[in-house]
Amino acid sequence: MATDRKIGDVVLDVRNISLSFGGVKALSDISFDVREHEIRAIIGPNGAGKSSMLNCINGVYMPQEGAISFRGRTFMHMNSRQVAEMGLARTFQNLALFKGMSVLDNIMTGRNLKMKCNLFQQAIRWGAAEREECAQREQVERIIDFLEIQPYRKTPVGRLSYGLQKRVDLGRALAMEPSLLLLDEPMAGMNVEEKQDMSRFILDLNDEFGTTIVLIEHDMGVVMDISDRVVVLDYGRKIGDGAPDEVRLDPDVISAYLGTTH
Amino acid sequence: MGFFLETLFGGLMSGMLYSLVALGFVLIYKASGVFNFAQGAMVLFAALAMARFYEWIPHLLGFDNKVLANLLAFGAAVLVMIAVAWLIERLCLRHLVNQEHITLLMATLGVSYFLEGFGQVLFGSDIYKIDIGMPKDPVIVLERVFQGGLLINQEDLYAAAIAAALVFALTLFFQKTATGRALRAVADDHQAAQSIGIPLGRIWIIVWSVAGFVALVAGAIWGSKLGVQFSLSLVALKALPVVILGGLTSVPGAIIGGLIIGVGEKLSEIYIGPMFGGGIEIWFAYVLALVFLLVRPQGLFGEKIIDRV
Amino acid sequence: MLYRENGQFKSTYRADQQIFPILQDRIAIGLFLFAAFAVVPMLASEYLLRAILVPFLILSLAALGLNILVGYCGQISLGTGAFMAIGAYAAYNFEVRIPGMPLLVALLLGGACSTAVGVLFGIPSLRIKGLYLAVATLAAQFFTDWAFLRIRWFTNDSSSGSVSVASLDIFGLAIDSPARKYLLCLAFLVVFALLAKNLVRGAIGREWMAIRDMDVAAAVIGIRPVYAKLTAFAVSSFIVGVAGALWGFVHLGSWEPAAFNIDRSFQLLFMVIIGGMGSIMGSFFGAAFIVVLPVILDALPRWFGLNVDTALSAHLTYMIFGALIVFFLIVEPHGMARLWSTGKEKLRLWPFPH
Repeated sequence: MATDRKIGDVVLDVRNISLSFGGVKALSDISFDVREHEIRAIIGPNGAGKSSMLNCINGVYMPQEGAISFRGRTFMHMNSRQVAEMGLARTFQNLALFKGMSVLDNIMTGRNLKMKCNLFQQAIRWGAAEREECAQREQVERIIDFLEIQPYRKTPVGRLSYGLQKRVDLGRALAMEPSLLLLDEPMAGMNVEEKQDMSRFILDLNDEFGTTIVLIEHDMGVVMDISDRVVVLDYGRKIGDGAPDEVRLDPDVISAYLGTTH
Repeated sequence: MGFFLETLFGGLMSGMLYSLVALGFVLIYKASGVFNFAQGAMVLFAALAMARFYEWIPHLLGFDNKVLANLLAFGAAVLVMIAVAWLIERLCLRHLVNQEHITLLMATLGVSYFLEGFGQVLFGSDIYKIDIGMPKDPVIVLERVFQGGLLINQEDLYAAAIAAALVFALTLFFQKTATGRALRAVADDHQAAQSIGIPLGRIWIIVWSVAGFVALVAGAIWGSKLGVQFSLSLVALKALPVVILGGLTSVPGAIIGGLIIGVGEKLSEIYIGPMFGGGIEIWFAYVLALVFLLVRPQGLFGEKIIDRV
Repeated sequence: MLYRENGQFKSTYRADQQIFPILQDRIAIGLFLFAAFAVVPMLASEYLLRAILVPFLILSLAALGLNILVGYCGQISLGTGAFMAIGAYAAYNFEVRIPGMPLLVALLLGGACSTAVGVLFGIPSLRIKGLYLAVATLAAQFFTDWAFLRIRWFTNDSSSGSVSVASLDIFGLAIDSPARKYLLCLAFLVVFALLAKNLVRGAIGREWMAIRDMDVAAAVIGIRPVYAKLTAFAVSSFIVGVAGALWGFVHLGSWEPAAFNIDRSFQLLFMVIIGGMGSIMGSFFGAAFIVVLPVILDALPRWFGLNVDTALSAHLTYMIFGALIVFFLIVEPHGMARLWSTGKEKLRLWPFPH
């Protein structure tokens, strides 16, 4: 946990969010906030609604009640493109990579918002579009270096191991130069070394670039180590909110979710 | 008014034929999640088989009885369609388990082309007659209500009756039998059904055979009315809008969708057609389906499609 | 041994991103283009040019357009024939109604009209996918079949929908010989292929592929599905429209709506599937295959001394097409283009096994 950053004001404010699918209530009246430059973890047993919460934040699901404020703008329903333009990016639990493309192309799609050449310029390619492609490529290569996946840049993502695919997913999110990054179980399915690498990446992001990070994670050890504050969900309700040490000792949390350190 | 009713009946009857073909679509989709582009080709193939067997079998076995010839020809055609179902499962479907829908759709497109060519190679490409003894003369009804009465085709009435019986039997099959339930499980998720021990291959053969049977009935009726020829498979393409209207998973939907399209086509041709120069039958069904797709994609009776992340 | 990248290191992104990064490929393409432009017209027979090469070039162009929509953006379309028809008839109208209209402009305007309609029919794709979209595109197909048959204005009052064009010329140079027609079509194909390749390897190409692979994730990155899908329809129908205009003007000379019917749509879809979805090269392979196969099937029995009537060989063609579709979908869903690139990879290692 990096202590020499300054944790700033509230940048994301989730208020009274309720979400149902048909008869199933996925989220009930959830409220919490996220401050700039912090690392906020969302934890809870399986089915608690963590991914659904993330999906609401970035506009994949539309909650029936409540509102979300991001950088001072309040949304009833988040518009994916709008929040992407405002600097919000995420990774997915099930990866959601573009299987037909290479690592490089996948991460390049993250630069899409920054690319300004129109259709005709791209068709000609020579001139403005070529310069833009090269400039964006340079940014993407920095991310590839950061994530240490250089040998795989031209490989179709479908052929990579799970751990590497997770890094590409992260890379694609990073390519958007987000100020707020939502990570959906970034360590799932990884061994100890891979988890250490991923934790290192997350901390570096937060340290070097000041990226605010909201992450869903099951591994208690990781959560305790790297996060500043924790939200605990269970059956779609919030049952805990605070610093990791406080939350760990909360009786409600303990009974709902026996946290184990892996 | 009399003319309107006649047109209406005519439309209902041709709609009934579309429904029969659509029924085959719905069966296969309901039970295996596959959108069978080849249904029209199957109708043609089955009709060709029956028409030719009707000619060949009496020659081969040396008798003259028409009813017997029809029965044997029908039976032989059923066997042929079961063989076709078996081959399609073995050579095509088995290897495409759990591919995306688009892939399966295009595979059935390939099967359709293959069957069209193969059918004509095996059975010939002239126009053939099917005569299943349906009375061809029209009857005049309601003479006292309308002047001159209404002209109704007896053949169409018989066709409607047969179709209704078929629908009833199929609905029972899906709802009440264990095989029917297994078929519905398969339609939902191939791999899941496989993993609980449902024999996917056998199920698919059953479904495609039943669809082949339905195609045969449709082909026999249609062939009896119009003669068996290559254009049968093109008319059968019109069953696509029918299933869109009725809902891909609904047997009653196929019937009602077919009736709506049949009636709609005829009425629009007579009453709206002249404004546009006529001939709007070729696109009416599709444009109607398009409108439905924009407004209510699941059709009248289908299940709502949910896209999950 | 010959096909190695040894020593070919790229020191700029620009070099790394070129269309043909390997030197041997660049040489091969150069030679190939030279042969296509300079050698073939001199050596090929009139029959070869007229009946095989010109249709191949135009259908390659159409398949290229369709591949952008189906292969790169994942939107299925069974109405390609309709867009070819729109291109052809629109170009015809521009040429006939506006005196002094240059041929090239008429062809491109035909493509533009096709684009407008293409975008219109792309709107359903925003709400429906897959097989539902297929039926919607069929609506386009049958509607245009009817429109060009019945709406007199489109066909300059022809009662059967059939039209014909007078002699063609570009900047005063008459395009009358098969060789010149071949060169015109070849020029169009090369230019459009280059533009298409640039689009496909650029930002919009990645957007299309993202929509194809996973449209929800694409939206989260900030890709607008509406823009991506409609541009795919627009670009695709433009190319298909120009191809249709070429088909009518250069290949057929005179045509009626049946030239662009549903069989044409299926034929183009087959080219894309067999050739390779999501591959520019694949469009060429597919077109070559589908143009050449019936010719071979026709000629083959004669080589063996058998007499096969045309009806039978037509049926056999259907059977073989159908069987090949299924074969490719099972064995190599990425079509001949994937077989080609796998072959090249093996060639890179040859004579070593791995």
